[in-house]
Amino acid sequence: MKVIKEKHPLIMRWTHWINFPVLTIMIWSGMLIYWANDVYSVTIFGHTFVRFFPEWFYKTLHIPQRLAEGMAFHFLFMWFFTLNGFFYVLYSIISGEWRYLLPNKHSFKEAWQVLLHDLHIRKTAPPQGKYNAAQRVAYTAIIVMGLGSVITGLAIYKPVQFYWLAWICGGYHLARIWHFVLTIGYVFFFLVHIVQVILAGWNNFRAVISGFEVVEEQPKPAIETNSDDEKA
Amino acid sequence: MKKPEKELTVEQKIKRRTFISFGLFGVYAAGAYGAWRWLYKSAEETAGITAGARRPLRRALNKTELFFRRLTFNENHLVKTYPREMAAKIIRHNSDIGSAGKLPPENWKLQVKKINGETLQISLNELMALPKTEITYDFKCVEGWDQIQHWAGVKFSDFIAHYKLDAEAKLQYVGLETPDKQYYVGIDMPSAMHPQTLLAYQMNDVLLSGNHGQPLRLIIPVKYGIKNLKRIGTMTFSNTRPRDYWAEQGYDYYSGL
Repeated sequence: MKVIKEKHPLIMRWTHWINFPVLTIMIWSGMLIYWANDVYSVTIFGHTFVRFFPEWFYKTLHIPQRLAEGMAFHFLFMWFFTLNGFFYVLYSIISGEWRYLLPNKHSFKEAWQVLLHDLHIRKTAPPQGKYNAAQRVAYTAIIVMGLGSVITGLAIYKPVQFYWLAWICGGYHLARIWHFVLTIGYVFFFLVHIVQVILAGWNNFRAVISGFEVVEEQPKPAIETNSDDEKA
Repeated sequence: MKKPEKELTVEQKIKRRTFISFGLFGVYAAGAYGAWRWLYKSAEETAGITAGARRPLRRALNKTELFFRRLTFNENHLVKTYPREMAAKIIRHNSDIGSAGKLPPENWKLQVKKINGETLQISLNELMALPKTEITYDFKCVEGWDQIQHWAGVKFSDFIAHYKLDAEAKLQYVGLETPDKQYYVGIDMPSAMHPQTLLAYQMNDVLLSGNHGQPLRLIIPVKYGIKNLKRIGTMTFSNTRPRDYWAEQGYDYYSGL
């Protein structure tokens, strides 16, 4: 028998879908800014594996010569990104949703087992609640990363007035690197997230818009009213 | 007559809730897309002291700057300084607008336009007779690079005090322009009077060379490099924002750090 089971609260769904376009705009405007001094690469023992970013990449996305524009967009949408994240965290705390999200003492070990299961290396996955262990780790990490982006961002934005934030980040120069690395992290998160959502299927995806999941439940005998049992 | 409420089947409930939520989601997505198109296509601001930015974005930029300035700006917040030996030997050079070529100090005088109409003409030797202040700090360019550099010159506030420009310093802005008027900046008075703001004439202990603003430039560590005007020709004071080269090209007027 099909049963409607509530899964994602309304505020969680709203903040999720507000964050998606806002973060996209933040990453795009961030690239407009980064282009002006695009010095980062992954270089090990003198060999450059990845250069951020190749010319074709800039050209395709129309990135070059738009620093002022990028800053103007970035410094507007940072408000939405920060406030949206703030409301999400506040809601998670007040509603108690954090209990499903924060990793517990088993999560890190289990997350590994989930990963092996998802890669078809291990047959069984550990039992889970609303989120599995890997999700707990990932969804908590992404919030911590968001906070990291705000802190490193403010440290770059006002390194003199927020000198203490710059200090926490290891200085202005390092803050810019952290800020960039976190952004690359979001892109990786997004790729894995999309693949997982596709694999998880329609029922799971629908829940992030409609809030409920449909589950098959065996009708329990207890539902058939037993006149003898007064306590039911 | 009200029809008696019929209990929906689970299938019907699923369909109905899916329809409503996806409908609302579609409305939200269309609204978000429409808002983005509106913002992206919004008209450019009327060219004035600032120019080159979309009108709503300029407003946001100004408001955000003001918010952070009021929240955080404090002249006691000093830019971090470094040991002298950490300063770069070769100072990065980015732009020559208004300061190309050489301008030997003997062919130059700083023109200070006082509010009584008088113009002070100050030679480099006169400036060098004033107390010298040195700083080694991390110079930050709006492009994103930074470099630890060593500069020396007259503290702007010492300069104001020595030439008795107290009445001028009560105004809200200082305007600086290169001798050829090609490059110009406007600085708010609190930032100009910040204890680390210098009228610099030395870099790594030698007089400024041609491409670093010979003979006198502004070093204002609480601002991005774009405000650190090279080769100061004239100095003015006003209560309205003086013209500013990069603010006319879509950058924030304040550009404070």
